Amino acid sequence: MTEQTTGDLLRMTDAGRVHHAGTPTEVHALRSFSLAVAPGELVAVMGPSGSGKSTVLHLAGGLDVPTSGEVVLDGVSLGGLSVRKRAALRRRAVGYVFQDLNLVPALTAVENVMLPRELDGVPTATARAEALAALDEVDIADLGDRFPEELSGGQQQRVAIARALVGPRRLVLADEPTGALDSLAGEAVMKVLRARVDAGAAGLLVTHDAQHAAWADRVVRLRDGFVVGTTGELVHGVGEAPAGVTGRVVGGHR
Amino acid sequence: MSIRHSLLSLLAEGDRHGYQLRQEFEARTGGTWPVNIGQVYTTLGRLCRDGLAEEVGKQDDGSVTYRITPAGKAEVDTWWSRPVPRAAPDRDETSIKVALALSSPGVDVLAVLETEREEILRALQAYTRAKTRIPDHPTGGELARLLVLDQQIFTAEAQARWLDHCEQRLAATTQGSAR
Ligand SMILES: Nc1ncnc2c1ncn2[C@@H]1O[C@H](COP(=O)(O)OP(=O)(O)OP(=O)(O)O)[C@@H](O)[C@H]1O
Ligand SMILES: [Mg+2]
Repeated sequence: MTEQTTGDLLRMTDAGRVHHAGTPTEVHALRSFSLAVAPGELVAVMGPSGSGKSTVLHLAGGLDVPTSGEVVLDGVSLGGLSVRKRAALRRRAVGYVFQDLNLVPALTAVENVMLPRELDGVPTATARAEALAALDEVDIADLGDRFPEELSGGQQQRVAIARALVGPRRLVLADEPTGALDSLAGEAVMKVLRARVDAGAAGLLVTHDAQHAAWADRVVRLRDGFVVGTTGELVHGVGEAPAGVTGRVVGGHR
Repeated sequence: MSIRHSLLSLLAEGDRHGYQLRQEFEARTGGTWPVNIGQVYTTLGRLCRDGLAEEVGKQDDGSVTYRITPAGKAEVDTWWSRPVPRAAPDRDETSIKVALALSSPGVDVLAVLETEREEILRALQAYTRAKTRIPDHPTGGELARLLVLDQQIFTAEAQARWLDHCEQRLAATTQGSAR
């Protein structure tokens, strides 16, 4: 396959993130990480705790900026943007499932899911209908009126997933979205994510679970901030045989 | 894998020809374990020898009908009610390879782990793709196939988890100076 440079929704090139640079507590959270994700592609990131998985997602979603290298989101280089412009781009283009969920405790499930759409400027009634549809996608349409503290861990997780999927988000970033779910509910979430990506979104997923990573087109494995391996093919569902290694991770290998 | 008990359990439902048993076995286990007709006849021969089944008549085309005996029925009941013995798991080549890699000079254990993990992930991707081709509300044979695929997925995942665990244990042992 030829390297595709246009049409990628996310392109990370030699992205690195150092915390506390030049001090005794310096941490290289991520080193020279390169990855391109096109619409229709789901990429999974795996690796031990502390290997840099959440860092990849933070940089991809513009929640954090790299200390070296470049992140291009939807054709725009994040490094050159003001904090406000970066936030606006993020809000418009990115759906994010946080590792610690980040639900607003004072809002009900459906209000939590409506929030990003209301920030998009969508009328309340529309936002509400979309939020209910998103909750239905993750099988908890009946729990919309509950507050986060009235939901189980797995139910809260599904609210967070619905919030990331609502509206036309072109990049979906999910940090351990199946952590609190049993195997069947986890599979249901992967099906929803997969369907969203097949419908044209780009997806980047962090998981400890090989079973869930297997829903992705490519799997990138990290250790100590380095890419140590990539498995996968370019297009999900094409060809019967297990695919060879054709990952487009470039320059990330030591 | 006990073809013997599987075939006997099918015979417990009624008299069958050898080719019927083969067809039914594959349909009802999701076609995941193909058996050849030779295996079926060998197994039937042994079941008859052991008094668990018997031949009851031959058709014009030479195909024999088999019937379960009372001893055979008792054997099937025992099979359903007792767990499959776990005493002798198959030798697992991956674990042997990893164990040897640890003590082989010049072999990069982490690289061995990574290679094995890649292979497992590829297999998992293939199983997952196969699973996506099964409808959301599967019927009999499809449901059997789905459950068997799930079994393969869980087994592969356990292997992947063990490889992750090896890597972490290794890192802990060498105090993070791996590689
Ligand atoms: N704000 C920060 N200040 C200092 N170090 C940080 C900061 N954020 C992350 N790190 C460090 O960077 C490394 C990578 O962290 P990251 O959160 O990306 O790991 P992870 O792979 O997501 O781990 P987990 O599986 O536990 O969530 C870790 O060593 C972590 O301690
Ligand atoms: Mg993390």
